[in-house]
Amino acid sequence: MSAHLVPVKTYVGVFLVLMVLTGLTTGVAFIDLHAWNTPVALAIAVVKMVLVVLFFMHVKYSPSLTKMVIVAGFFFLALLVAFTLADELTRIWSPQVHGWSILLPILQGRF
Amino acid sequence: MSTTVIAEIPGHELPSEERVNYLTVDHSVKSWLLTHDHKRIALLYLISITLMFFVGGFFAVLMRLNLIEPTGLVAPETYNKLFSMHGIIMVFFFLVPSIPATLGNFLVPMMIGARDLAFPRINLLSWYIYIVGAAFTMYAVISGGVDTGWTFYTPYSSTFSHSQVIPAAVGVFVTGFSSILTGLNFIVTIHKMRAPGLTWFRLPLFIWAMYATSVIFILGTPVIAITLFLLGLERLLHIGIFDPAIGGDPILFQHMFWFYSHPAVYIMILPGMGVMSELITAFSRKRIFGYTFVAFSSLAIAVISFLVWGHHMFVTGQSVYAGLIFSVLSFMVAIPSAIKVFNWTATLYKGSISYEAPMLYALGFIGLFTMGGLTGLFLASLATDVHLNGTYFIVAHFHYIMVGGAVMAYLGGLHFWWPKITGRLYPDGWARFAALVIFVGFNLTFFPQFVLGYLGMPRRYAVYPGEFQVLNVMSSAGASILGVGYIIPLVYFIWSFKYGPIAGPNPWGAKGLEWTTPSPPPTENFEEVPIVTEQAYNYAGTSESAHG
Amino acid sequence: MADMATHNAHHAQHDAFQHQFEDMEQQRDAGTFGMWVFLAQEIMFFGGIFAAYIVYRALFHDSFEIGSNLLNVKFGAANTVVLIASSLTMALAIHAAQAGKKGKTQVMYLLLTVLLGVIFLAVKFTFEWTADYHEHLIPGFGFIIRPEWGAAGSHVPMFFSFYFFMTGLHALHMIVGIPIILIIAVMAWRNKFDEVYHAPLEMVGLYWHFVDIVWIFLFPLLYLVGGRYLSNGGH
Repeated sequence: MSAHLVPVKTYVGVFLVLMVLTGLTTGVAFIDLHAWNTPVALAIAVVKMVLVVLFFMHVKYSPSLTKMVIVAGFFFLALLVAFTLADELTRIWSPQVHGWSILLPILQGRF
Repeated sequence: MSTTVIAEIPGHELPSEERVNYLTVDHSVKSWLLTHDHKRIALLYLISITLMFFVGGFFAVLMRLNLIEPTGLVAPETYNKLFSMHGIIMVFFFLVPSIPATLGNFLVPMMIGARDLAFPRINLLSWYIYIVGAAFTMYAVISGGVDTGWTFYTPYSSTFSHSQVIPAAVGVFVTGFSSILTGLNFIVTIHKMRAPGLTWFRLPLFIWAMYATSVIFILGTPVIAITLFLLGLERLLHIGIFDPAIGGDPILFQHMFWFYSHPAVYIMILPGMGVMSELITAFSRKRIFGYTFVAFSSLAIAVISFLVWGHHMFVTGQSVYAGLIFSVLSFMVAIPSAIKVFNWTATLYKGSISYEAPMLYALGFIGLFTMGGLTGLFLASLATDVHLNGTYFIVAHFHYIMVGGAVMAYLGGLHFWWPKITGRLYPDGWARFAALVIFVGFNLTFFPQFVLGYLGMPRRYAVYPGEFQVLNVMSSAGASILGVGYIIPLVYFIWSFKYGPIAGPNPWGAKGLEWTTPSPPPTENFEEVPIVTEQAYNYAGTSESAHG
Repeated sequence: MADMATHNAHHAQHDAFQHQFEDMEQQRDAGTFGMWVFLAQEIMFFGGIFAAYIVYRALFHDSFEIGSNLLNVKFGAANTVVLIASSLTMALAIHAAQAGKKGKTQVMYLLLTVLLGVIFLAVKFTFEWTADYHEHLIPGFGFIIRPEWGAAGSHVPMFFSFYFFMTGLHALHMIVGIPIILIIAVMAWRNKFDEVYHAPLEMVGLYWHFVDIVWIFLFPLLYLVGGRYLSNGGH
């Protein structure tokens, strides 16, 4: 069983959309959207990736096992990023450890 | 036709025809070094891994000798190298590949009724990659050693150590790809090449375990590869990714390192659990209790193992909030392991149990793995971990699982499938004796270490306060017994190649497709593709059977 | 002994048939699935360094913005166009085989893919990296922290460490991929691939598209940090 034959038109169409999106992401970068620049750029990148995966890599016509492998890969990467950030970004919240010395002023009657 | 020379043992006849099998089909060195046969590749791995085991064991011997005296025997700088190289070799070059590359390579195609793995040439390539990685690491050993610990923590490894960090890191990096290719091969083979009628829930549990292990190989190993790559670059170019002086975070190294290395410990135990399911059922002559639970618990362990790595970092400066999350998840990861232990025990209940050597190893596993696992709970709990981290309690904990668990399972599996692999039997009396020696030696070596750790003796120290000497001497004495215990099987296994009684296709009367082939099997495994119609472990005896 | 009838039946399958499989269908299925499993591994390989990048970008955003603005967006965007085009030509090469077109058509598309890949690497190495070297922006090779970067300057080398490592690792994957495509092109020239058998083409295609996807993320993550609005001297 050969894979489903995707017409050349589809490939070229996807390519053109990818070109537009590339232009879009480059162009938007020259506009000041403050904190939104990064999420917009990433969103465009995700759309481009999905197009390449579904059409150039034929995943639209592939068995669901293939889709599961892709999802698994990204899921575990997300775990790595999420749990590492959970540490890196919350360290400043960690309680300061003072030990018994914090009681010294009280014990010495200096309050 | 084969011209195998077999010594005649009284009472055991030669086969009525001289069969060609995968061992005798071609004797040339080239046919071994360029083989595509998964069974031959398994043996190539067996030889290399056994060599590395004894090299790693050699370093352990030196360590235990050093620890007989509180003032030590070797310089602390040397001792640092001893425990580092012991760890690196035992973890990456013995434990991680042990069951998958030897028993897995041999048995996965046979258990599913296939002629070989999906990608035989990639299988061979994985062995050569392993050898190259081992060569780099041996170079590191003989050119001065590495002293960072197997954990390569920065900034010591990236900035301050004067030892052979880069060759060792390259060795581990390269060998990682050997694991990745093995895992890839297993996943594709198990998905795509099962015999007709062999649905997922008819698979032997060893296959489920190999599958779960392979998932960890694929998803975890690349991360340590990139981490060691970064470490090497940092060491070479001083670029400051992990160097606090330039804004780097040494804890980030630990995150990336343990993201693989925690699942790696499940790579080391899951195959052993797979072997356990095979041994317990065969020697109780009873279907496994709770097959579905055991199968899913393997997958659960593989997934949850990726969520707990921070428990290695509770006291290194990680955020307390991350610590809380990792602690809760670490308690959860114990559950599927406990489910397995429960199911094995329930399988034993009213089984028709016999005590050949493989079963002795299996029974030892249940007890020792349970102890190791329970002590893990003390370490998963943040508060007690503060006291126990960095002490011999940790050393004892992981050795109970890695040696009392994984190595015992590996030996049990070797003893169980040896007749299939070689067509020979080994002397069961000696085998049982060796199993007992190993059990006694193991406990004498490592139980005192729980006490030492609780009392506060730090790990990775070349010297220690005098009050710990008695326990250390006990541990070293145990190590010598354990060493002897490991050498005995080496002797009788090699002996059996030439002098062991010829084994039939199924000396244990066990269920499984591998036992339907001759011992040793022909190169293509099966003359005709088997068709599977029954569930796994379909032992005839019910729980009321009186056969012993 | 292997059953001779089965043995002969296997050989009747195809020249490229491998005997551990039952038929060409299973062989192709296993091959493409194997490549996907390999790509899952690659997601984690690149993912590891992406994760480290994300951490440091969160911690040192200002420094990363400065570094990013020193990269050449025009070259980066042009390279993105080139690489996506090479994915198109790769897809068309496979399409040619699937549609039963002559080997020469497949070879043409494969060579175009290689050409575009080489252009990408040429732009990267001879234009971008060479300029960076002369501007003292390569950590470990005479990096100079410029006073105009201010307080955030001390972490700008960190950005460039990631820039060179990530784009270098990506380039390495292309350097490995190009010879493999050429080998496949030789096979295509010899008319090995048709509508029945083209699994190696598909597998190489999957790899190449993956390399394209990595760049699709690298471009915005490295070149477009903090935006390029002209007010901050973007160029």
